[in-house]
Parts: sequence; C-alpha cells; structure tokens
Amino acid sequence: MWESFGFEFVNFYFIPGLVLGCIYALGAIGITLTFGILRFANFAHGELMMMGAYLTWTIMAIATAVLGIAVHPLLAAIPASIVVIYLFFWTDKFFYKPFRKADTIKVVMASFGMMLILRSAVQVIWGPNQLTFVPGIAKPNPSLLGWSSDIGAMLLIPNKHLFIFAGTILFVVVLSYILNRTRIGKAMRAVSDSPDLAHVTGIDVDQVIRATWIVGGVCAIAAGVFLAMDIQMLETTMGFRMLLPMFAAAILGGIGKPYGAVVGGLVIGLSEELSAYPWIGDAPLLSPGYKTGVAFAIMVVMLIVRPQGLFKGRSF
Amino acid sequence: MSVLSLNNLYAGYGQTEVLHDVSIFVNPNEIVAIIGPNGAGKSTAMKSVLGLLTINSGNVELNGKDITNTPAAEVVRLGISYVPQTQNVFVNLSVQENLEMGAWTRPLGIRERLAEMFELFPDLGEKRNQAAGSLSGGQRQMVAMAKALMVDAKILLLDEPTAGLSPKYRGEIFTTIQKIKSTGVPILIVEQNAKQALGVADRGYVLVDGANRYTGKGKELLEDREIARMFLGGGH
Repeated sequence: MWESFGFEFVNFYFIPGLVLGCIYALGAIGITLTFGILRFANFAHGELMMMGAYLTWTIMAIATAVLGIAVHPLLAAIPASIVVIYLFFWTDKFFYKPFRKADTIKVVMASFGMMLILRSAVQVIWGPNQLTFVPGIAKPNPSLLGWSSDIGAMLLIPNKHLFIFAGTILFVVVLSYILNRTRIGKAMRAVSDSPDLAHVTGIDVDQVIRATWIVGGVCAIAAGVFLAMDIQMLETTMGFRMLLPMFAAAILGGIGKPYGAVVGGLVIGLSEELSAYPWIGDAPLLSPGYKTGVAFAIMVVMLIVRPQGLFKGRSF
Repeated sequence: MSVLSLNNLYAGYGQTEVLHDVSIFVNPNEIVAIIGPNGAGKSTAMKSVLGLLTINSGNVELNGKDITNTPAAEVVRLGISYVPQTQNVFVNLSVQENLEMGAWTRPLGIRERLAEMFELFPDLGEKRNQAAGSLSGGQRQMVAMAKALMVDAKILLLDEPTAGLSPKYRGEIFTTIQKIKSTGVPILIVEQNAKQALGVADRGYVLVDGANRYTGKGKELLEDREIARMFLGGGH
C-alpha cells in the first residue's frame, strides 16, 4: 500500500500541499484581519510578504559578510519584521488613513498603487532578477526518515518544511492567544464586529489599527520567509503570485475570521497540490500549470454558493 | 448645576441642519426623556453630545465644562456613556468581553465592576461566556446598558432602548432604568414609547421638527391633553 500509493502521495503531494497551505494561511490571516478591521482588500499584502523575505535575505547576507556567521532565516526575520512593520505604519499614515472615511474602492485602489510602488522599489534596490535565498539541496530530515523507515513508511521531509510546520503552529497559537486573551486582541475583534460601536465605546481605534498592522504584518513576513525557505530563492513577483490564493483562503474561511483564514489556507494549499495527483490513471488529474486556477475556482464557487465563507464571515 | 446641558443647539449632518435651537439639560439624579414624532431630531440631539455630527452654533456642557465637538472616544472618557439604538453590542464577543470593552477607558478595577454589573443584571452573569449575538433582543439591551455602565459614568444616554422589544422586556428595561438611577447615575433617554418613558422620567422634552415644543415634569406631560392627543396616541 505504502509502496504503491503512500510514498508518492505523501512525499510529493500531501506534504508540499501542507507547506503551501501554511504559507497561504499565514498570509491570509493578515488579509482577513485588514478586511475585517480596516474594511478593505489590501492588494499590497503580497508585496509586504515579498519585502519581508528580501529584507531577511539582506540581513542574512550582511551577517555573513560582516560577522562571518550564517544566521537562520527565522532569526534574521525578526529585525526584518521591525522594518516592515514601520513600513506598514508609514503606508497606513500616508496612504490609507486619508481614505479611512472614503469609499472602500478608493482604499482598494490606493493599496493597488501601493503594491506597484513597493514592487518597483524592491526592483530598484535589489534588481529584477531572481536571488538565491538558501543555496544547496534540502536533504530529508534523517531521524524522521529513519524512524518512518522502521515502521515501513519513508517520509522525505526536509528540515525547512519542519520549520514551516512548527512555525505556523506557533504563530496560530500566539494569534489565538492575542485575539482571545489580551485586551488589544479583544478590541481588534470588537472593531471588526462594529467600528461605529467601538468608536462610541471609547475604544482607541487608531491603536487597534496599529495592532492589526503588527499582527497581520508579522504573519505576512513569516509567510514570505517561509515561502523563500521553501522555494530557496527570491523573486519580486513572489508576493503577487500568492495574492489570489491568499484571498481565496480568506474568502473560503469567511472574511474577518482569522481561524477561517488558516483553515482556508490549508484547504487551498492542499487542493492545489492534490489536483495534480494522478487520481485516475497515470497522468496528473490537472496539469500543475492549472494550480492557481484551482484556488480561483474555489474562490468563485464559494462566492456564489456561500459568500459568507465556511465560518460565517462578512458577506459582501 | 446640570450634569449635561445642550444650549441653543443648531446642528445636523453636513449641510443638512436637523436641530434648530434645541436646549436640553439633565440634573443630578434625574431621568430625562426626549419624546416626539419620527424625524423630530431626538436621536440627533443625543448624537450631538457624542461629537458625531456638525454643530453650527450653541454648545454642549458636561458639569459646566464645554465639550462641544469633542470626539466620541474623548466624550466617553469624560464620563458620558452612550447606548446606540441598534447594533449596540459586539455580537461576536461574549457578554463578559462586551463589558470589558465597555471599560476600555477605565481599565483598572474591571473585576469588581464586572461583579457589580452581574449583580445589577443577574441574567447576564449566567450567560457571561455566551456570544452577545446569541442573546434575545431584551438581553442584548441589558448587555448594552451594562457595557455602558462599566466606566464611571457621569451620565447614561439611551437611544430608544425598548425599540422592537416585547412588552414584557419593555417593562423590564424601564425597571432597570430606575434601578440605574438609584445607583446615582442620571439618565437621558430618547423614546418612542412615550407613555412608559414619561412614566419613569422626572422631566421630559417634546421635540417637533428639530425644535423644543414642550417641556415639563414627566407626569405633567403625561397628563397634558394636547400632548396626549398628538404624541401619546389615543384619547386621554
């Protein structure tokens, strides 16, 4: 059973699907929070992911050049996050705040402009070509391979994927703690619920917005760094390519529902990868070139059948 | 001295002026009701206190201090608690979380405050971990009032607290309002159910077309034939 079906399915479809799902999930958290609290679809979210990855790479490169040490991407992501969060604050202040009371479509367009600005800035600074994030071939984790071989399976999971799984779980646990146990997290849910009521309740909405950028931003940077760790390179379009599946994940889970975004991300990631599995005969069910189409199809079907998403988010 | 006073207020939404020379005041330990037909500017008068609309002239004072055009969050911090007519609870938050949000501007001593509120609204104590959205209309109204009382309210503003409620709950709300008054918090209430409102109110204002029409003691207004004919429905 494992020989004929399990080996290929688990190692080449299921695990990559989960990895992609984790990245989508983390990105979709920021999208759904921004949509819930600031009430607009942030098209620049993918670019902030991408910038996080580029800054992380830069910090790693500086550490190697100056100090001669190799820094783990997750460690380098911490200072990178601080820079990106300030960038978030800055874009909010100059780009989104003037539109706070305007029609949503204007803010969406502003974010679209922001997306182009950020990508161009990255292209100017780092160049338009691909960069190597981590060189070399990622070998499967030997102890996991050994242990799974003992029970008759053969798991080929490289360390980078274990980092991504563990990191995602950690982020989701911390997020759930923030949203349910802390004062600012409850206020974020309150503003998402009704900004007008939050206002007349005396909640400091600006503070809540800053918190939203921080939480969404940290998750986005983690997603960007995880993506760079997975594909081992950097591209200026890497964030944009994630945008559609991340929106699909946010919509699938229900707009404004962070846990929904996590489930949505995993479902979209797995669906994309599993759609290429040879379920019938030897050929892939769908050519891998249609992966993005799978996310798009799920999003369209969801918007028609159940626009409020799986977890009863906001419909629009 | 009045706790809250609206003095010769001309106000509205942008270019549209709704209130023309409205004056209302609330003294310590008073329940004051604003009644009047639909579109008379009752809710607008209340919202003008919260800085939610444009005030062209006149002013709003809290304990003699001018608070005209102060932003809502600051008004709340100064001790004016407001319960909107609709969407007055956070439906996705639990009852207790709603009350915690009510205490945003006064985060110290939340535990004691919560205990006090669950004593004042015993039904809410049992449902403290339930989502506010899962409660009945009457219970939601209780959550909204408790939420507003989580701060050291100098005055409580209630915008049509009984709208859409069954007669049973209406009675309960008015009983609660009297209970709140007995704790020393004055109340300004806008009401469609004018009879019941004037029944509990110390004083009342009748607004018509955005201007003061009548004012007097609650009981007097209730017994006035003309007011009864025009606003209270049915012959008295």
